[in-house]
Amino acid sequence: MLKEDCASELKVFSFFSHLARSLPLPSNMNRPRIDLIMFVVNLHSKYSLRNVEESLRHVDATFFLGKVGFLATGAGRESHCSVHRSTVVRLARTYRSPLLFCDPEVDGFRVPVAQRLVRMLQICAGHVPGVSALNLLSLLRSSENPTLEDL
Amino acid sequence: MDSYDTRGSTPRHSASSRLKDYFIGATPLQKRLESVRKQTSFIPTPPRRKIPQCSRLQEDNDPQKVAFLLHKQWTLYSLTPLYKFSYTNLKEYSRLLSAFIAAEKQKGLAVEVGEDFNIKVTFSTLLGMKGTQRDSEAFLVQILSKSQLPSENREHKVLWTGWFCCIFGDSLLETVSEDFTCVPLFLANGAETNTAIVGTWFQKTFDCYFSPLAINAFNLSWMAAMWTACKMDQYMAATEFLWSVPCSPQSLDISYAIHPEDAKALWDSVHKTPGEVTQEEVDLFMDCLYSHFHRHFKIHLSATRLVRVSTSVASAHTDGKIKCLWNCPDGMEFKKDLEEKRRW
Repeated sequence: MLKEDCASELKVFSFFSHLARSLPLPSNMNRPRIDLIMFVVNLHSKYSLRNVEESLRHVDATFFLGKVGFLATGAGRESHCSVHRSTVVRLARTYRSPLLFCDPEVDGFRVPVAQRLVRMLQICAGHVPGVSALNLLSLLRSSENPTLEDL
Repeated sequence: MDSYDTRGSTPRHSASSRLKDYFIGATPLQKRLESVRKQTSFIPTPPRRKIPQCSRLQEDNDPQKVAFLLHKQWTLYSLTPLYKFSYTNLKEYSRLLSAFIAAEKQKGLAVEVGEDFNIKVTFSTLLGMKGTQRDSEAFLVQILSKSQLPSENREHKVLWTGWFCCIFGDSLLETVSEDFTCVPLFLANGAETNTAIVGTWFQKTFDCYFSPLAINAFNLSWMAAMWTACKMDQYMAATEFLWSVPCSPQSLDISYAIHPEDAKALWDSVHKTPGEVTQEEVDLFMDCLYSHFHRHFKIHLSATRLVRVSTSVASAHTDGKIKCLWNCPDGMEFKKDLEEKRRW
């Protein structure tokens, strides 16, 4: 569902999204350059967290300069959560990457998140002049968790 | 408990800078904002919990009163602070609540022939059911039926029991003003209709709000670990877990029972620091169970949802139902957990 929303946002560029259960991807296929990797963690399932942690090890270090993001789903249904929200926050912090929360079942949340993902993708692919993936990363990081003195 | 970030901290930025302009002193509201902001600027999970040493529970409590709390299934509710509640007016409250219940029952839909409307309500304090001295005293409400028998044999049958308590509610207490009594945890046993009537009365009289407390899988696994950690001389029941597999059209339930001594042995091998339980230990404990199950059945339990945990000490269900089987000082720790979780 998220994929369709993203596709509808991008009208000018061709956009490929590849869904994979885990990394590494099989190496025998010819695929276009990867601009952005989003790790989706389902907060209802510890298994998905373990999977993501395993897959992270197969990602080349250069991707962590702005081309990796985390998407946590299921935070809305607190009673079903097996993974604490702070665990993903800590994970995103460890890998210095942005974290988004989304509930794909809820219509109102999907579209803004899709828009945001597409924007991130455009920047990571170099389609936005003047902003690079690394710029975006430092912008996102400085707005997270300011201390009281910064206000 | 219901709010979560979708956009990082951008909306919070502008709101908090506006609030800062109004900071002229520390009123309770501002203290509350401070504590909320403190919580959200750090990662809030306490990764370790101290197991309280034989707390004051043992000193003050009346074993008879506490004993009746065991072996009953309690439904949990979370409660906002009570306004102008006084422990000296308990008799008055009993009277008012009896009258309210009688009135409610009489305007009910069906009046059964022979139904006893002689309902008596008692309010009493439960000494010793608290974590620290600052916590509010726990109190008990019971609905009893007055029997029609002659006065020598007058035995009151307990129809419904509910009790309110506050355990280790420090962070809540510091932000609440004098007029409020903080008893955030409410446990009810008995008919749903009675719970609803008592709830309505409390809400009208003390301007508070009840909401059902659900226990999520994360907290259930903590409870499982902490109850397994309790030292017991004799085990009454096996340690059981129940998982719900989300699949259509009907969900599947997986139940896993372990001999309690094996569970304790597993916990002992995982547990390192005495007097403390850490997140890593709980995760490791559960992971051992998951991997054992996977080895035999090739099912990843970590992809399912933990719904029920049952040990010799106590059992808990995700719908907010708990049952205490053994009065152990460590067992009260989980009540503290419930209160903390309530506040996420």
